[in-house]
Amino acid sequence: MNSPTNSSNNQAAGVSLVVKGLHKSFGGQKVLDGIDLEVRPGEIFVIMGPSGSGKSVLLKHLIGLETPDAGEILINGEPVGSPEIAAKYRMALVFQSGALLNSLTVGENVGLYLTEHRLKPPAEIDRIVSEKLEDVGLKDVMDKMPSELSGGMKKRVAIARALVIEPQMILYDEPTSELDPVSSVIIGNEILNLKRRIRVTSLVVSHDRDLAFGVADRIAVIAEGKILTIGTPDEVKNFKDPQVQNFLHADFKRES
Amino acid sequence: MFENIGDIVLLFWRTLLALPQAWRQRQKVFEQFFEIGNASLLMVCMLSFFIGGVIALNFGPALVERSLANAVGGVVGLAIAKELAPVMMAILIAGRIGSAMAAEIGSMRVYQEIDALRTMNINPIHYLVLPRVIAIAAALPLLVVFSILVGWFGGAVVADMNSHMEIPFKAFFSDLKDLVVFKDVANGVFKSFCFAIIVGVVSCHQGLTTIGGPRGIGRSVTKAVVNSIVLIVVFDYLLTRFLMQ
Repeated sequence: MNSPTNSSNNQAAGVSLVVKGLHKSFGGQKVLDGIDLEVRPGEIFVIMGPSGSGKSVLLKHLIGLETPDAGEILINGEPVGSPEIAAKYRMALVFQSGALLNSLTVGENVGLYLTEHRLKPPAEIDRIVSEKLEDVGLKDVMDKMPSELSGGMKKRVAIARALVIEPQMILYDEPTSELDPVSSVIIGNEILNLKRRIRVTSLVVSHDRDLAFGVADRIAVIAEGKILTIGTPDEVKNFKDPQVQNFLHADFKRES
Repeated sequence: MFENIGDIVLLFWRTLLALPQAWRQRQKVFEQFFEIGNASLLMVCMLSFFIGGVIALNFGPALVERSLANAVGGVVGLAIAKELAPVMMAILIAGRIGSAMAAEIGSMRVYQEIDALRTMNINPIHYLVLPRVIAIAAALPLLVVFSILVGWFGGAVVADMNSHMEIPFKAFFSDLKDLVVFKDVANGVFKSFCFAIIVGVVSCHQGLTTIGGPRGIGRSVTKAVVNSIVLIVVFDYLLTRFLMQ
């Protein structure tokens, strides 16, 4: 989680993330069963897996919305959880639904972090909000309500809201779910743009194979709370585990 | 409800600790305050007029029959100021405003808006609970003052116009003034302040603990209203007992 800072507009370089032996159960059901992974500074790391494999729960642990039963999470080698570390590193989560506040306008949503923590004067906040919205390809939407936006636009607004925090790591929860192929590509390109422009570390949780192989530097495949493999897109494609191959090549059976 | 009492008390305590943030949240407090006032004032006036009228109608003829016509104003005045206005208005506000609070916060919880606030290091208690509790704690006592005045007026109208009583308007208020003292009104308003905190905290707690989808939100709204009413009635007795000392 983030603590408000009066940092300048200069984006800090991405941070590294290490997860060691992470376990989590809900009501006796194991959701995460010893997760180990490492995300390098500035890379796009995609966690793929079928629905219910524990991807979103893992993401919530990384941002501090869940507490693990066992295991540890290190950012730049320092364990997360303490307020000092939370204050030191800025992380943002782009929710699957966008999670925009429906009672606020798009502009108020994007500027919420700055407004609530009183980090900038209102005119400066307006300028930053409009700049971040333009960064994700949105114009003239500041005064619209979230309900007036399409699914793809909502996700881009959510990314703009994350950018306002000037994050060192952005976590994306299923960024292309419920989107048409064109909108999915726009979001994917946005993730690539951010890596190029601000060198932010990106961790993407998705079951979208096209997105994963289109943007990832490295991919982890997760199933039933366990990591099956981690590697570059080519290494994962060639990994001979039947579960991984089944997930990567699942297709319809049409009679010719 | 009782398994949640600890959590409700904890939320109340955290809201108290957040009070120094109140000035920063003043705009939200004003927004909520006007929303509560606008949504409820007409209903409060209507309800209070008829409550005052029906109390006069129930007790007036019996008192007049026993040559106690000069007690009607006092009985109606006391009943409304000490009991009926605070309790009935608190129940009305629990139904109208408490339910809306639980639904709004509940839907924010279900659709991950509260998680989004947390990831931005915005405390949901400061941002959502505090302004609502302050606004309702300021608005309900004011509405109760209105309710008492309108209730007395309703009682006076009925006492004047009903053929079994025919107590002149002026005499009704003169009798009322003989029996009802400022402390009676102040006690009623104080009780309503406590009820407002109950409605605010219980409704926000119910919203914050909502799970599931639309059905979960519906369940939270029902629980917020029912739990608020139960606690209002229990605390009404305890506060009345305490204020009698």
